[in-house]
Parts: sequence; structure tokens; C-alpha cells
Amino acid sequence: MRVVQEVNSNSKLNEFVIKFANVNGTGSASANHLFAKSIFRMGVPVSPRNIFPSNIQGLPTWYEVRVSEKGYLGRKEIVDIMVAMNPQSFQSDVDSVEPGGYLLYDSTMPLDLSKYREDIHWIGIPITEICIREFSNPKQRQLFKNIVYVGALVALLKMNFSIVKNLVKDQFSGKEKLITPNVFALELGYQWVKENVSVPFSIRVEQSNKLDNKILVDGNTAAGLGCVYGGATVAAWYPITPSTSLVESYDKYCERLRIDPGSGKKKFAIVQAEDELAALGMVIGASWNGARAFTATSGPGVSLMTEFLGLAYFAEVPVVLFNVQRGGPSTGMPTRTQQSDLLACAYASHGDTKHILLFPANPTECFELAVAAFDIAERFQTPVITLSDLELGMNDWTTDKLEWDDEEQYDRGKVLSKDDLDSLDNWGRYNDVDGDGIGYRTYPGVHPDKGAFLIRGTSHDAFARYSERGDDYVEGMERLQRKFATAAAALPVPVIRSARQQSLYGVIYYGTTDPAMDEALDLLAEKDIELDAMRIRAFPFREAVFAFMEHHTRVFVVEQNRDGQMRTLLINEGDINPAKLTSVCHFDGTPITAQFIADSISLSLEELIPSVQPSKSRVSKKGA
Amino acid sequence: MSYIAKSTFHHAKLPVNELGLTERDYEGPLSSLCAGCGHDSISAAIVQACHEISIEPHRIAKLSGIGCSSKTPNYYLQKSHGFNSVHGRMPSIATGANAANKDLVYIGMSGDGDSASIGLGQFCHAVRRKLNMVYIIANNGTYGLTKGQNSAMTDFGSKSKKGDENPFEAIDVANLALQLGATFVARSFSGDKSQFVPLLKAAIAHRGFAVIDCLSPCVTFNNHAGSTKSYDFVRDHNEALNRADFVPMKEEIVTQYAPGSSKEVCLHDGSVLHLHKLADEYDPSDAVEASYYLQKKQREGKVLTGLIYVNTDSPDLHEIINTVDKPLNQLGITDLCPGSKTLQNINESFC
Repeated sequence: MRVVQEVNSNSKLNEFVIKFANVNGTGSASANHLFAKSIFRMGVPVSPRNIFPSNIQGLPTWYEVRVSEKGYLGRKEIVDIMVAMNPQSFQSDVDSVEPGGYLLYDSTMPLDLSKYREDIHWIGIPITEICIREFSNPKQRQLFKNIVYVGALVALLKMNFSIVKNLVKDQFSGKEKLITPNVFALELGYQWVKENVSVPFSIRVEQSNKLDNKILVDGNTAAGLGCVYGGATVAAWYPITPSTSLVESYDKYCERLRIDPGSGKKKFAIVQAEDELAALGMVIGASWNGARAFTATSGPGVSLMTEFLGLAYFAEVPVVLFNVQRGGPSTGMPTRTQQSDLLACAYASHGDTKHILLFPANPTECFELAVAAFDIAERFQTPVITLSDLELGMNDWTTDKLEWDDEEQYDRGKVLSKDDLDSLDNWGRYNDVDGDGIGYRTYPGVHPDKGAFLIRGTSHDAFARYSERGDDYVEGMERLQRKFATAAAALPVPVIRSARQQSLYGVIYYGTTDPAMDEALDLLAEKDIELDAMRIRAFPFREAVFAFMEHHTRVFVVEQNRDGQMRTLLINEGDINPAKLTSVCHFDGTPITAQFIADSISLSLEELIPSVQPSKSRVSKKGA
Repeated sequence: MSYIAKSTFHHAKLPVNELGLTERDYEGPLSSLCAGCGHDSISAAIVQACHEISIEPHRIAKLSGIGCSSKTPNYYLQKSHGFNSVHGRMPSIATGANAANKDLVYIGMSGDGDSASIGLGQFCHAVRRKLNMVYIIANNGTYGLTKGQNSAMTDFGSKSKKGDENPFEAIDVANLALQLGATFVARSFSGDKSQFVPLLKAAIAHRGFAVIDCLSPCVTFNNHAGSTKSYDFVRDHNEALNRADFVPMKEEIVTQYAPGSSKEVCLHDGSVLHLHKLADEYDPSDAVEASYYLQKKQREGKVLTGLIYVNTDSPDLHEIINTVDKPLNQLGITDLCPGSKTLQNINESFC
């Protein structure tokens, strides 16, 4: 064991980043999760992130945990403690540790430390040796290495050991025989540190109380649960990273909550389609027939689905689609995060098409907007695309508890019953009788003589009859535009965070930029840079969005793609002077950081303020 | 596509069915297909079959893709909801629709291009899933709407109107459906209503995926000498396996058949299909033999028609995925939403 001479003088209490470097497929995920959740149970805000390859076994994978008493849960690009368990990535893992930081490694095989940097603390634990000595089963010898290092961290960070042990008991409840060996492995690591490590360890986790009303959950789990609560009965899907776990969550909770007690039969249908296109076709068929239906996919799936999105838009069939975005274009970066499908979704399909988009920023919103998506899709009889991303969908977030009001009723939109039809003489499916652009639907089979029509993707008149007459077509297309305007006023309102004093500058952002933005605004305020901030939650944009841009001389649009897609959308839809909107784009596949945002904005303002140059400025970097 | 309503005037003695409906109640607006198009005969057969088995029109959902074939749902069953979807994608729409409401009768209308070219993937997977529907392929071996190109079901060597021989092998959807687990496979000819109508009725009564490959000549682009989908060619080469009599559930069986000359197939709703054997050795309950026989006859240049295969014991999609008896689209918030108390427990699992 080697100790650097100068111990980091800033003792880090409940504020640090720890990174685990592992080999994919070695059982590290559950051990790392155990570590993160233990910190959550100690009442300290935590944000773990999986940084994984598109691979099942053998390649390097990392798990990064940011611990922040202050509640800053965006990614921070430093490493205070590295648990370096992967020889393949060892050198770069060593390199990534902050000076004065700590590196834990398996010292079973002697390591010549003179070859490595001296400005970090090296803590060698003979993990393999311990496991070989204590376990006879080869599988256990491998798996418990991960638990041993968790035990060691518990001792080093002076965590509450009983909380960790209780968590093991909770996690293996129902598989009791696994509890004893897991607790034993924790003890092995814990005791080894107690007996052998005398280095002062300046990072600690202390019990706190910051997590009242909070849960630790990933966005896909929450969204899948939202589909259960939102009354979805048909899910059609095609497996694709990072959306797969959304439908798996729906499946899991349906199997638990949607089984008819008498017959044991299912009050839901899940169909694994042959591709994403077929999955969306199934959603359209089910929605047309009066069921709430959804699909979940990622960018490549949306590309396939564009054909059907146009049909659903034009024929006016509700669709609920979750796009858990990953790095594009093409197959892109399947296991990295991005917000690069905005334009592809907003205007998906040929011809004049537009779709409603929702932007959840945390798992609680994944749940709430999933429920809302069904109401919105049925109210406006059109596709609703919820744009999540890998960062939100697949990582655990410290987030508000999910809530449900038992008085809640589903808004099924304008649907005519048999009695309604009996009292109507001149019903036309696409007749805009209310002036809001929304016609009245009928479900197949509703009435013996009335309400039947042939729904189609070909042009049609107000009575759903095929028509190639220009005025019928124009009337229909203008009505769709009217419907879109009606929708804009009914969609989730943006979230505003005002500057402490009046500011000429604003910042617009959305989705998973949220936690980094909170921290960035604080970092900027420390430098006396005050900005009003608006988090957009839906497209088409509400009036408030345009008013926000109107009220500021310069607006930064922060997003996680190369081309500033939200900026383009704002300019296009709001007829905004492009010079007013400055892009801040982060798109290397890792989640955006507060430091990146703060640096980009302050740099841009430094350039801006002396010259007051109105030309289109642009801050765009390949990551930080 | 036409929406010109047909005259509702009809002969006072036009027969009514058990529901008191005439054939007119099962028709649609005037067809805009070419005069003499085989597809209009298919439409007429659907009208006749649905009328004769007294099915309520609004209990049927008719679906289609794109092409001449897929226009036809506009021309029959105007009291039924219909979905004229996009090219080759009707099977997925039908899958979702059926998942939502198992109680309707789904009649899909497709063509050889719609099913075997652009839509082959979706067709195959709908068959595999044992979707409970009738799937008719109006097979004219050509793309009519785009004026006469070959489809994936145009036979090898068949001549186009310009005189070119098709250099590519044809996909036999009936044989494909057999291999993929379809539980009712038939081939018929739009010009032979006496064969086609009973097969249609049986396909509707059947629970599971019922595919009928219906040869339906294109009078404008594929009815010339040298085409294997012309009226003349099909008539000359038609070899019927069997002749079917459909006896609905409620009717008494009155006809007597000589022993060994016919086979009875009991369908799911209690209806009976009497198959009069025309080919001695043929057994429509053996999928492997059926597949072999189809290929053999094809090699001989015959157009094999009739009921090729039927299996009434196989579960459909809903049985396989074990959905509740009530159609899913009729479940309300009390059936579907677990409520706040359950959500609190779920929250606890995330702490």
C-alpha cells in the first residue's frame, strides 16, 4: 500500500464521485447497485450511472456513483474513488482519478506501483485471494469479489454497516439462502480493511435526511408503471436498447397487478412484433379499436415507424410511443445517451406532418407523462411521442415518489356511444363541429347501422369518404393545424426558474439536462451570472415559451445533440430571429455536466457582453 | 375509390336472412375497379357469404393494405368499420385490432404484391401468431394500380402484357402459410363462386388464421395468353381437391353423402363443413402431406384449389397469451388501474 505524502486536505463528506471499473457479465451490477442504494438508504442523494458497452460479456463496463448532500445529481466529470477491477481498462482508470483521490485494486497479483502515478492513494486488497480462501464454488469465487469490495468501501467510507446488511436481506427476500453468503462476503471486505488499512481516508458518508418523499428508480421502470396506471391494455414492441426495460417493466407490473383473480387470465396483451414498424401498426390497430395501446423504442425504431406515424397523424388514430433516445445516427452509439431525435420525431413521416412530443426530465415525470400521454393521444386523436433517453431510462435516479389520485378518470376524448349515434343524423368522422379541430370517433362494432366508416391514409373529406378534391384536402389539412394549436394550449406547462434579479439572458433546456442545469445555474450565480431558465416539457410549444424568448435579449438553448435541434424547432415554429438563440450542445454520448454548461455560457457571455454582437454565436463542443 | 352509393331500390322479394337483412345490407358503394375485375367477384362472394350466414355487419371489421385488392373493402359491408391501411402492413393493424377486441370478425383483404412482396414479413408473422382472422389474397399476379409490373406471386415464366417472361420464382403463400402454422389454408378462384363462397363461410367460422389465396384475374394487365393468372389459364388448369358444403350451426344436415366420399369438419361455432373428396388420396388434416401435394401439383402445372388444410384444435393468439374473456377494449379504469395504495407499496420497493 502506498500513501501519497499530501493527504487531500478537503475532507469530502457526502460529496464525491466513485467509479467502479468492471468486466461486463461478472455480476458487478448488483453489487454496485447495492452500494448506491445503501447510500440512498442513509438519506444521502445519489445518482448512479451505468456506462456499459453494447456487449453481453467480456468488455469493460463502468458504474459511476455521484453522492451529493447538496442534491446535485447531474454527472460530474471527476473521479474521487476508483474501484479498478478490470485489467483491460486499468491504465486509463488509474489516469482518470483526481490527484489526491483513491484507487482500490485487487492486490492478489503483485503490482509494481513504481510504474504508476504517485499523486493518488493506492489501496490494494487481495480480493481474489480472499475469495479463493473463503469460497469453494468457482461461481461464488467470482461473484463475491464484487461484494467483498463493497464491504471494503463500507469500512473505508465509514458507512452504516447495518443499513447495508439490511439491504442485502431485503434484496434477497424470498431467496433466503443467498443472504448469509452475501453478508459473509461483505464482512470479509469490511474486516480486511479494518485490520489492514491505516491510511486516513478523507471521504466519508454520513447519515443524512435529505430524502424525505424520495425514491430511487429508473425512468423506464417508472414509465412502464405509468402505462399500467394509464390503462394501457395492448403493448406491442420490438426489443431495442435502451427502451427494452420499459416494456419489461409494464410486463412485470401487469403480471402482478392485472391478473383476473377468478380465471387467472390477463387483463393485458403484450405482443413482441417482428420489427418496430409492425409494433406501431399493432398500436394503431388496437387504438382504432378502442384500447389504450403503446410501444417503446429508440431512434432506429422511430426511423422504421415513420410510415405508420404518418398514417396515424392523417387518419387520426391515437398512438402512445416512447422513444428512449440513444446516440445516433444509424446504429450510432446504442449504449450512450443523446437527445438527437427531436426533429425526426417532431416531423416524422412524409408530407406535412407534426407530432406531439413530451419531454420527461426525471423518473417521476416518466410516470406522470406516461399516464398523461394516453389522455393526450386520445383527446387529440394523434401520436404522442415521449422523448426520454438512455440516461433517464436505464439509470436509477433519486426522484420524487410516484403519486396517484384515486379520483382520477381517463380522458378517452371524443368518442360516440351507441346512444350518441342514435341521436345524431349527420355525423361525419372528420367534421369539426366544435371548432377545435377535433372530430368525433366511433369504435368498430358500436352500432348496427350508424357510425361505421372506412378509415384510411388516403385523402378524405369530413365524412371520411375518399376525395381528391383540393378543397376537401385543404380543409382537412387546415383542421389538423387547428387541432395542433388546440393541443399546444393543453400540454404540460414549462418549468421556470427565475434569476434572483432581472436578467437579459435566458436559458432553455429540456429532459435530462435538468439536474446538470440546476447545478450550472448555481455555478454561474457564483460568478454573478444570472439567467432565467425555462425547461420545456412539450411540443407544440405553449405561448409561454415564445414569451420567454421575447423577454430576453439572448437565450441559450442547451441540449444533447450536435445540431441544436430544439433551437431549430423553436426558430421554425416560433418564427424567432436565429441570432437570438445560442446553442450549447453536448453530444459525446455521456450525460451533459454542469461544468460544461456553466463554462460554455460564461465563455459565450464574455464574448458577447463587450461587443454586444448580435450575430449567431454558437458554442458547440465535442464533450468537455 | 368510389363513394357513389348504389341504389337501395330492390326487388320486394329479395331474400332476407335470419336477421331480416337482404344482400343489399351487406353491400357497399359502387366499385371503381375495371369492368370484369376478378376482385369484384370476391367482393360479391363476401357479400353473399356474410348474408347467408346471417352475421351482423357491424360485428365485422374489414381491413386492407394498398393496391386494387385493398380498395375493395369500400365496396362491401358498408355497415362494418374498415381500415384501409398502408402498403403491406394490414397484418399488424389486424393484430392490434384483434388484441383489443377478440369479439369481432376480422376480414383482411390483400393482394399478391401487398402480401408477398412489400408485406411478406408482416404476413408471415400474423400467420405465426395464429391471429383469429380471415385473410384473403386477391391474387392476380400483377401490380394493377401501377400498370402491370410483376409481383412476388407472378409465376416463373408467366408472360407480362408486353411479352416478357418472369425470370424469378414465385412465392406460394398457401404453402408458406402451411409451413408457418396457419390452421385454415384454401385456394380458390374468383370465377368459381360455388367453390369460393362455402370456403369463405368456413373461414369466417374457423377460429385461427384462415388464409384463402383467391386467383382473381386482372382483366386489364394480366389476362392475356401466356399469363398463368388469366381467366382461361386458371379455368384450364384448375384442379379442385374437394368441394365444400358449409352447413351453419343452426341448420339440420339434410344431404346424404356416400360413405367415404366426404369428410366432415366441425368448426368452432358448431358449423360443419362437408368436404367431398375429388382427389382420392388427399387428406386436408395433414400439413406436411398438403405442402408436398401443393408442390407436386404446381410442378405438373396445375392450379390446385379447394380446402388444402384445416386444423380445428389449435389455439388462437388470445388463448396463447391467455387474455381475459372480456375484450380488452371494454375494460375500464377499475379493471385497469391498481390505485394509490398499491402505488405507495410500489414506492416502498424503490426505497
